Amino acid sequence: MGIIKTEKLVFEYIRRDEEGNVEGITRAVDEVDLDVKQGDFVAILGHNGSGKSTLAKHINAILYPTEGTVWVDGMDTQDEQQLWNIRQEAGMVFQNPDNQIIGQVVEEDVGFGPENMGVATEEIWQRVEESLKAVGMYEFRKYSPNKLSGGQKQRVSIAGVIAMHPKCIILDEPTAMLDPNGRKEVVRAVRALNDVEGITIVLITHYMEEIIHADQVFVMDKGRIALKGTPREIFSQVEKLKELRLDVPQVTLLAYELKKKGLALPDGILTVEELTQALMKEYRRQA
Amino acid sequence: MLRDITLGQYYQTESVIHKLDPRVKLVATICFIVSLFVVKDWVGYLAAAVFLAVMIKLSNVPFKYMIKGMRAIVFILLITVVFNLFLTPGEVLWSVWKLKITKEGLQLAVMMAVRLSFLIIGSSVMTLTTTPNSLTDGMEKLMRPLKIFKVPVHEVAMMMSIALRFIPILLEETDKIMKAQMARGADFESGNLIKKAKALVPLLVPLFISAFRRANDLAMAMEARCYRGGEHRTKMKPLKYAGRDRAAYGVLAVYFAMCIVIRIYL
Repeated sequence: MGIIKTEKLVFEYIRRDEEGNVEGITRAVDEVDLDVKQGDFVAILGHNGSGKSTLAKHINAILYPTEGTVWVDGMDTQDEQQLWNIRQEAGMVFQNPDNQIIGQVVEEDVGFGPENMGVATEEIWQRVEESLKAVGMYEFRKYSPNKLSGGQKQRVSIAGVIAMHPKCIILDEPTAMLDPNGRKEVVRAVRALNDVEGITIVLITHYMEEIIHADQVFVMDKGRIALKGTPREIFSQVEKLKELRLDVPQVTLLAYELKKKGLALPDGILTVEELTQALMKEYRRQA
Repeated sequence: MLRDITLGQYYQTESVIHKLDPRVKLVATICFIVSLFVVKDWVGYLAAAVFLAVMIKLSNVPFKYMIKGMRAIVFILLITVVFNLFLTPGEVLWSVWKLKITKEGLQLAVMMAVRLSFLIIGSSVMTLTTTPNSLTDGMEKLMRPLKIFKVPVHEVAMMMSIALRFIPILLEETDKIMKAQMARGADFESGNLIKKAKALVPLLVPLFISAFRRANDLAMAMEARCYRGGEHRTKMKPLKYAGRDRAAYGVLAVYFAMCIVIRIYL
């Protein structure tokens, strides 16, 4: 069993009218089976309302399944005794950087998690230093979060999670409110954590460029997993992705259109370099 | 206009006052405020002024910053001065129609103005030199005995520190909503007081909705980071009295004793 595993996970939002009668039931997550290996970089894609955030909140035991089970490192999230262990092992970073920073000073915010866990004072300082260095925000430790850019705030949020020494981090659209530079900063920090520290990453996003380096990609639609595979496998199904209302990276799309027009290019091209090489090869072949 | 409120805004710099234990600063602020009501004559106010001036000098915070907090109370200050000036009976100095300015009134008005401004500047010294987090830590520790009476001390302290953290964010948001409404023809400036108050409704409703939404998000983020109230919690910056804190208590005691002596013997 991997570090995160879900089996037939179902979650229903129940809408009630003013008297508390059930008005309707929305299945946000519908029979999802997920298995994430320790140390993997997993991306979950999906357009708005596809259930990806709801799924993420199950891994951190913020929401509990209506049906099915979620295990984090072998612990069932419905087991109340393990609640704090689960939340420590599966850290979570949310979308809006302003709404998740508790401290008035960067270092105090990073220390918030360890404080809650009851870590000894000296160790808290050590962890804060390590975490801030891991995301490249150590010079800003004395700053007020209000003075930082969006990307920097989000990196502080990530440091706040790392300070809890989690085995995996779930990032729920961490770049949705950032500008392109901030997005790059955050993705770089997340990749470094995965490569250097070996922390399992679950990245939820709707930006295609961010999932190119993932080990495994799940595409969600209407609460179900519609596609899964490596980024290359996913991106070779351009038509299917369009059907799911997802954008494909421009390079991939260009390669796809060229191929449709008769050029012999491989499927699922992800980077500009790859396309250039494939085109050169094709050019030489034709010449 | 909304950005001028400095209360609850930390000014980052190095100074003796910044390094003091927040408990010392809290107790000192309370003592200072009490002392302003203890003293009754010019000698006493002079002592308070000297004490305050020394504190401001030691804090390394530009004086401009302290004055900023005053703008918020200018109105209250004016009312107090006017009432004291015209409504105190005594030896008449100057009179127009039914309004009389008396010698006692003049004295009282000036004293009240000094008292109020000292009060605000005094508390500004505390809030400018203490991070809100350490301030609430200090309060939490000072009020710990209240736990016996089932007062949720930790929770109150946490609420205060979060409220303080969100002041600038909500101000920014107010500004944004205001501009958005103005772009669509809302008028916040003209009209009488009632009209102005009514104009605020389309500002306050979205502000409240967004505040609730933020609160919801924040609660979730705190839970995700294992927050479960004050139990089992350790401190990143535990409060410990150092030598300078004891010295500060000494200085404070001397000042307070002096105020009492001035009140009784002069």
